[in-house]
Amino acid sequence: MGAVFDTLGSGFLVLFGLLGLNADLMGRYGMRLLGGVWVTIELVGLSMLFGALLALPLAIARVEGGKALRRSAFAYSYFFRGTPLLAQTFLVYYGAGQFREELTALGLWWFFRDAFYCAVLTFTLNTAAYQSEILRGGIQSLPVGQREGAKALGLTGVQSYLKVILPQAVAVGLRPLGNELVLMIKASSIASVITVYDLMGVTRLAFSRSYDMEVYLWAAIIYLIMVELVRRVWDRLERRLNRHLVLAR
Amino acid sequence: MLDLLKQLSFGPDGWGDEIARGALLTVELALATLPFGLALGLAVALAKDSSSLVLNALGNGFTTVFRGLPELLTLFIVYYGGQILLSRLAGLFVEGATVDVNQFLAGVIALGLVLGAFSSEVFYAALRSVSRGQKEAAAALGLPKWTAFRLVVFPQLWRVALPGISNNWLVLLKDTSLVSVIAINDLMRQTSIAVGVTKQPFFFYFVACMIYLLFSILSSVVFSRAEARANRGYSRAGGHA
Repeated sequence: MGAVFDTLGSGFLVLFGLLGLNADLMGRYGMRLLGGVWVTIELVGLSMLFGALLALPLAIARVEGGKALRRSAFAYSYFFRGTPLLAQTFLVYYGAGQFREELTALGLWWFFRDAFYCAVLTFTLNTAAYQSEILRGGIQSLPVGQREGAKALGLTGVQSYLKVILPQAVAVGLRPLGNELVLMIKASSIASVITVYDLMGVTRLAFSRSYDMEVYLWAAIIYLIMVELVRRVWDRLERRLNRHLVLAR
Repeated sequence: MLDLLKQLSFGPDGWGDEIARGALLTVELALATLPFGLALGLAVALAKDSSSLVLNALGNGFTTVFRGLPELLTLFIVYYGGQILLSRLAGLFVEGATVDVNQFLAGVIALGLVLGAFSSEVFYAALRSVSRGQKEAAAALGLPKWTAFRLVVFPQLWRVALPGISNNWLVLLKDTSLVSVIAINDLMRQTSIAVGVTKQPFFFYFVACMIYLLFSILSSVVFSRAEARANRGYSRAGGHA
């Protein structure tokens, strides 16, 4: 089995050289670039998932909460949307170093010591702010009759959210959520600055050793493929999930 | 706490003046990028709106590429790519010559390309909101094409485009932080230098965040004024439009 892959791999590299591309560079860094793609996918997937879990209470706090709760949720999302992700990443990763003793005492230092975990944490906090705005917009766009109808049917607050409000709010927010996913894929390259070897990190490493521009162009093509793929798949998904709304539009 | 604040003082003991200088450079970079990026965006929008298929394809391709690439990658491609390309060009004339690309210029070009791609979408949507009749009436009045665009189409387009452009500007302002990676002494990098010396990362990065936040708030104020001004012809009874 391994021999088959080896043959395929070297065949690919020969083809690469025939096209006038740097086969040597690809041979040396090709697998690492693919590994980088996987790290990027992990980074984005985990952050989007945890971000969504955090966005839900934030959005509900914005809609249902009292004055203090509403304001704190607003301040949270204003801070994370108004400052650069790079600054936030440095704040978490390097900032944690300042509290090393406290974090060790709490048994959390293993988490903050790791650049990957810090990147996931920062991206989660960041995307939660954006996702909560999307969700809040979706909830507030619903006509008040939906809420009243749920109440008239005797649904409790939690039930009306789960069965009536959230499904519709997510449907409204599906398109901006797709945009947020694309933005997150692009923004995840920032993790390379704090030594995470995602696609961007591997690319920078390969460039610093080979000084061959081609590796940046490869990274560019891979990012474009990822982004376009997500955009098209999401577009399909949205059309499929919202097919009951198509006529109304 | 007082110790920390003292480190922000201006003068040889504090980092206040260094950080302020970095903040100024950040604003300069964003302001220098703005006209280039918006002009590019408008040109790309016009290309996408034109009847020529070649121009359409070029405009759409440009948008797809620079909207899809991570800003950091665009920056590296412009900076290192420009350096290698220009060095090769120079090498044709002088043996072994190398060219250093000015980081500020590389930053303006890279951020301008990104802003161009995003603002072209905004301009394109706005362009299509101006009804055909406006252009035709301008032509009927005998206005040359460019004059018609400048005096008739653009003011109406601008009004519709402003909220989107305001958004683009806020994103640009945050994206400037990325140029610190190619060693421009902007707010982010000056802060990192301060951190390196004082070993107070949390405090200084928090201060940097607050400065970016302040810029965002100030920009929002300016843009809401500009929007009010652009909408002055549209105010309705019962308050501002």
